[in-house]
Parts: sequence; structure tokens; C-alpha cells
Amino acid sequence: MGAQLRIYRRRMRSVKATKKITKAMELISASRIVKAQTRVQASTPYATELTRAVSAVASFSSTKHPLTTESDKPIRAAVLIISADRGMAGAYSSSVIKEGDQLVSLLRNRGIDANAYLVGRKAINYYRFRNRAISGQWSGFSDNPTYEHAKEIADSLINAFIADAQTDKNGVDELHIVYTEFRSMVTQEPMAKRMLPLEVVESSAPPPSGALPLYEFEPSAASVLDALLPRYVEARIYNAMLQAAASEHAARRRAMKSATDNADELIKSLTRLANAARQAEITQEISEIVGGADALASANAGSE
Amino acid sequence: MPLNVEIVSPEKRIFSGEASMVSARTLDGDLGILPGHTSLLGVLVDGEVSIKALDGTATTFTVHGGFLSVNKDRVSILGESAE
Repeated sequence: MGAQLRIYRRRMRSVKATKKITKAMELISASRIVKAQTRVQASTPYATELTRAVSAVASFSSTKHPLTTESDKPIRAAVLIISADRGMAGAYSSSVIKEGDQLVSLLRNRGIDANAYLVGRKAINYYRFRNRAISGQWSGFSDNPTYEHAKEIADSLINAFIADAQTDKNGVDELHIVYTEFRSMVTQEPMAKRMLPLEVVESSAPPPSGALPLYEFEPSAASVLDALLPRYVEARIYNAMLQAAASEHAARRRAMKSATDNADELIKSLTRLANAARQAEITQEISEIVGGADALASANAGSE
Repeated sequence: MPLNVEIVSPEKRIFSGEASMVSARTLDGDLGILPGHTSLLGVLVDGEVSIKALDGTATTFTVHGGFLSVNKDRVSILGESAE
């Protein structure tokens, strides 16, 4: 076998092995998207009930709460960026990080410093490589977040928010969250949203029976709000993390699908090249034999 | 008219069904809810919530970090964790 042909065969073998891996990853991600979507749906009843309760308190009492109060002169904001732990997901992590960078420069234009809180190894490495300060970081669960993780993140963010930004370097006046919204299997979009101070939107869909009735609070409106609002922030962070996880799987599936398609293309063109090389080898051998026989024949003819 | 009861945690819906009575403990003390209760929002202490079904059998759930909201015979119990 000629050298050229051997090289083609070797490359084909390696591309085939890669294709098997990407194909497997595509299938795994496809099955995990469904699971992640189910989890988004499973968390919806809680979020709906919580939103209903929060808007009930907001509409029926004029209680002020630190989490809903705007600072007159915001000087620092926390930016929570939710990225992936692993790569192989196309532009998923880089587009969410880019969205975060845009938000940071937008805040800077308003004269607000940004403290970075990062979820996922990709964002952490990006910041570390550029020597940027990181105020908080979590990793290891980007593709399968639980409520416990969301609670841990929310706790430290709420603490930073409650701390006074004027005196405390870790205190912030605003909290923004950057994540990838899962619209559908094919559309996911990086999004930046402001989480704190909370703007309590009075339930977007009013109950069909008209205005809500007057509520009684047990023990008091203020303490209900005290307990409700942190839960509300947690639930929204949890929801963002679940959507990000679903988006990550969708992005990975798409990236792996195009990798598999590319491998197919590559195998096809390598097969063509290998066939041509093999044919060239055969042609050459034949012409060598024919040439040799001719030379022998003419040599014999000359001696006679 | 029976109560419509839902117990939900962030990760899933734990219980959903009709009941004749719900009792739980708020920060202020034990609370029993029968059909026709006024609208209420309460903070629950960690502990048990018991739901008495229409046929009289009682089911108990353990709820941590929860709330109770009642509105027009619709009782929803939100727990950070519940089982």
C-alpha cells in the first residue's frame, strides 16, 4: 500500500472515531434537553404561587422593604453571569459572557461599578485569565442545578444587596442577572435582567373575578414580606439557572450535530481521495509492468 | 364546597387535590382553615401541615420554610422543601 493511501486511511479512521463521540454527545444532550425542560415546567407552579402572593402583599399593604427600595445614588451593582461548566456547546458560554460585558460597560457609563458573581467554570476561567476581580463564584452544577444551589447564590447576593454600598466594599445597590433564555429547541437568547431592587409587578393577568379581596396577614404584612421576598429572588434565580441549563444542552446538541455532519462530509471527501490514490497506484503499477515487459521484449528483439 | 389545596416546592408540585380542612402552624400559632375562610397570607413555621380529605382521612406533610395563602377556598402551601 502506498504512503498516500495509508495517510488517507489513517485520517478516515480518526475522523470516524471523533464522529462516534460527537454523535453520542448529541444524543445525550438531546435527551437532557427534555429533562431540563420538564424541570423548568415543574418549577412553574411554585413560581406562579409565589408571584401571586408577592403581588397580593404589594397591592394590599404599603409596607416598605429593603429589597424593594431604590437607592438614590447607586454606586455599585452585582452582575450574576450564568455560564456553562464544560465547553463543546458552540458559542453558548461566550455569548452569555459577552452579554455580561455589555451590561458591565453600560453600568459603567451610568457611573456604577460592577461586582462579578459567576456561575460555571467557563465564565470563571474567562475572568481569571483576564485578571478581573470576582466577588463570588460557583461551579460544578451548570447542567443540572438544584434549588439548594440557587438558594446559596441568592443568599450571598441578598446579603451583598442589604449591605450598605456606601460604606461596605462588597455592598451593592443593584443586582443584575445575565443568563440564556430558553425560547425553544432552536432559539436561545442571552438576556440581562435587573433583579433587585424588586419591581413588584402586580400580577400581569388579573384574576377573572376582578379585584383581589383584602388579605389578612399572619402575623403581619411586614413579616410576610420579609419572608416572601428572599424566596421570590431565590425562585427567580432558580428559574434562570434552569433555563440556562436547558439552553446549554440545546446549544451543545446543536454544536455536536454540526460536528457530526462535518465529520460525515470529511469522511466522504477522504473516501474519494483515498479511492483516487488507490486507482493512481494501480495505474502506476500496470504502466510499470507494461513498461517493463516492453523493455524486455525490445531487448530480446535486439539480441536476436 | 370543598377547599382546593396545593402544596408546591420549587422543584415540583407535591400535592394537589380537594380537602375539607387544612391545618398548619404559622408564626402566630396553629391555624385551621375551613371552606369560606377569609383571604390570608401567613408564614409557616417548619413542621407539619395536615390535610383532611373529603372522606375524612388525614394526610400530613412536613414543610420547611413555607407560606400559606388562602384565597376563595383555594389554599396554596409553598415550601422550600416539603414531603
